[in-house]
Amino acid sequence: MDEQRSHIISALVMHRPGVLQRVSGLFTRRGFNIDSITVGPSEQDGLARMTIISRGDDKILEQIIKQLNKIIEVIKVRDLDPEGTVVRELCLIKTHATSESARSEILQYANIFRGRIVDVGPENLTLEITGTPDKIDALIDLLRAYGIKEIARTGPTAISRGSKTI
Amino acid sequence: MKGSQAIIKSLTDEGVDVVFGYPGGVLLPLYDVIYDSDLKHILVRHEQCAAHAADGYARASGKVGVCIGTSGPGATNLVTGIATAYMDSAPVVALAGQVGTSLIGNDAFQEVDTIGITMPISKHSYQAMDPSEIPQMIRSSFYIARTGRPGPVVVDLPKDVQEGELDYPENITIDLPGYKPTKKGHPLQVKKAAELILKSKKPVILAGGGVIHSESSEELQHISELIGAPVTTSLMGKGCFPEDHPLSLGMLGMHGRVASNMLVDECDCLIAVGCRFSDRTTGDVNKFAPNAEIIHIDVDPAEIGKNVDVTVPIVGDAKIILSHLLRILSQAKGRVSNANWTKHVKTFRASCIPRLSFDETPLKPQQVIKEISEAVTDDTIVTTDVGQNQMWMAHYFTSRNPRKFISSGGLGTMGFGFPAAMGAKVAMPDDDVVAVCGDGGFLMVCQDLATVKEYDIPVVVCVLDNRYLGMVAQWQKLFYDERISQTKLKAMPDFVKLAESFGVNAHRVERPGEMKETLREALDSGEPALIDVMIDPNEILPMVPPGCGLTEIVGEYQVERENPGEITYRPSAKETGGD
Repeated sequence: MDEQRSHIISALVMHRPGVLQRVSGLFTRRGFNIDSITVGPSEQDGLARMTIISRGDDKILEQIIKQLNKIIEVIKVRDLDPEGTVVRELCLIKTHATSESARSEILQYANIFRGRIVDVGPENLTLEITGTPDKIDALIDLLRAYGIKEIARTGPTAISRGSKTI
Repeated sequence: MKGSQAIIKSLTDEGVDVVFGYPGGVLLPLYDVIYDSDLKHILVRHEQCAAHAADGYARASGKVGVCIGTSGPGATNLVTGIATAYMDSAPVVALAGQVGTSLIGNDAFQEVDTIGITMPISKHSYQAMDPSEIPQMIRSSFYIARTGRPGPVVVDLPKDVQEGELDYPENITIDLPGYKPTKKGHPLQVKKAAELILKSKKPVILAGGGVIHSESSEELQHISELIGAPVTTSLMGKGCFPEDHPLSLGMLGMHGRVASNMLVDECDCLIAVGCRFSDRTTGDVNKFAPNAEIIHIDVDPAEIGKNVDVTVPIVGDAKIILSHLLRILSQAKGRVSNANWTKHVKTFRASCIPRLSFDETPLKPQQVIKEISEAVTDDTIVTTDVGQNQMWMAHYFTSRNPRKFISSGGLGTMGFGFPAAMGAKVAMPDDDVVAVCGDGGFLMVCQDLATVKEYDIPVVVCVLDNRYLGMVAQWQKLFYDERISQTKLKAMPDFVKLAESFGVNAHRVERPGEMKETLREALDSGEPALIDVMIDPNEILPMVPPGCGLTEIVGEYQVERENPGEITYRPSAKETGGD
């Protein structure tokens, strides 16, 4: 049995309504796993880039890529090598913060993690942080002590290092 | 011109001369144009039959079949037919009406998300939001439906888009950057396959529907004869290799022939062409062809390695790849000899030819199928429904030519046989067309007797009448302790009277010897007809239980022991060069 691994799949697709549904529907129908899926416009007009994080063995990965390629609106699909890939996720974290000490500690954490405070209320702070999913997890763990009110994560998006493109 | 006129012009430009459909409120603009057009419209009595008829038309002719249904229930009724075509890779374009664009999403009257519903069961789908999109959309739909691995394409047409104005473009270019099917097989892979074939001592060819779609029967036969490899087929491949050929083994799989199942188990090299290794074909994949290196030729890269691990995958069009393979193998002719294997195959095959002649009543299905075989010619198209009738036909009926055996394989759609026959007859009016159905499946679509009567489509429907949902009852008998739950059809119509009430000629057959004559007369009458064939409800076909290996067959065949000699192979006129 092949090892189950997490894969970063980058797909260049037509930027049209329904394409995300086609892609995500494919995963559901074929029983493939989706950990996250992000999509946004690409460098080319009319084309969007999707980043799909999925778990599975090599056989499943091969099927995912082949089945994605069958979708008429999918132009290119690549399994990105984790070593040679920049992966980033954006996360907004709203914490409970009433005491002065809590506020200053949270602010310090934000600085250490190169995050920013993007909203301040009498009883809360909202942080913005970008980084690898692991880094975001670490910050969330730290902030739990203060009481997290809400988290909104985008899911990872990814691009190859160096001059390589898909 | 108007959107609706552009639809008709686009269809005619694609060479469409007949469509199967059913009108409805949102299709009024389209049907108003059809009223004046040269397009032949066949009004079915249920949209499901329109989709199956378009599918039968496509499979019989190799052209794209077209069906039309209105929004909402019209579109959902097409769905079973679209899914059937998708599973069996039949090129169909389904046009669906849709509520006006301003109403979409508001749960308007007869609104349904046709694109959403058909997404997982079609090769592609389009929704026109502006009349100017129509020409290119329809053009692309036909292109997608018939190229690469064929399949159904859905075009959703809102009412106001049909009514809107557009300038029909002079040139339409197909712009599908994400759709570039591979045709030519990778030369290195073909070379590897040839080497594997030359090294093998016990090769077997497994041919699927892809051989029929790519029209590569001739190449396949040459290779088989050159290397002395027997040919087994999937259900979809039936007819792509003459089944009376000494190297033909018949169908493989759950309901396959003993010879096929045993020899695939024994072979050292399996050359699979245009098949997808469905569970019905392979049985337990872990026990499938355990001694063989597998070469898999398929136009759809996603089929390779999906169900069965292969040694040499080749992606591309079977005709091009087989021709290439044939060139290499021909040059190595001295090295290709599997005389011992071929001899073993022929002897083994002769030892397990199923018995077909029975003289008792109630009629044995084997006898009925033997008589059907005797009543038809090589050009007769037979369609089947789903269930025992289908498997008896697949098992006992000898197909000699591609596109002459049409059956719902992947989806196993009851109710397919009769409307598919209707479509096949419309596509190939010079060929006799016979639909072999069960009583359960035929009753699902019997209302379309009205259609064959109205348009004088002379198909002959043979209802193998055992008052059971035979295949399900067979499974209950074999695997559920004979608990026949909900599969006995207690109240059924008198099919003869039913047909007559539609004005269709009808006959009843109850004894051996009657079927051949009745079918021949019905075919010669040139009119649609129904033959109600009363068969033995207790007859079952031995099978491989689900999850078992191909050699683990339950039940025993009655084997033709009296005359176990070679079957005489009749080369067709084309093969002998005669006329």
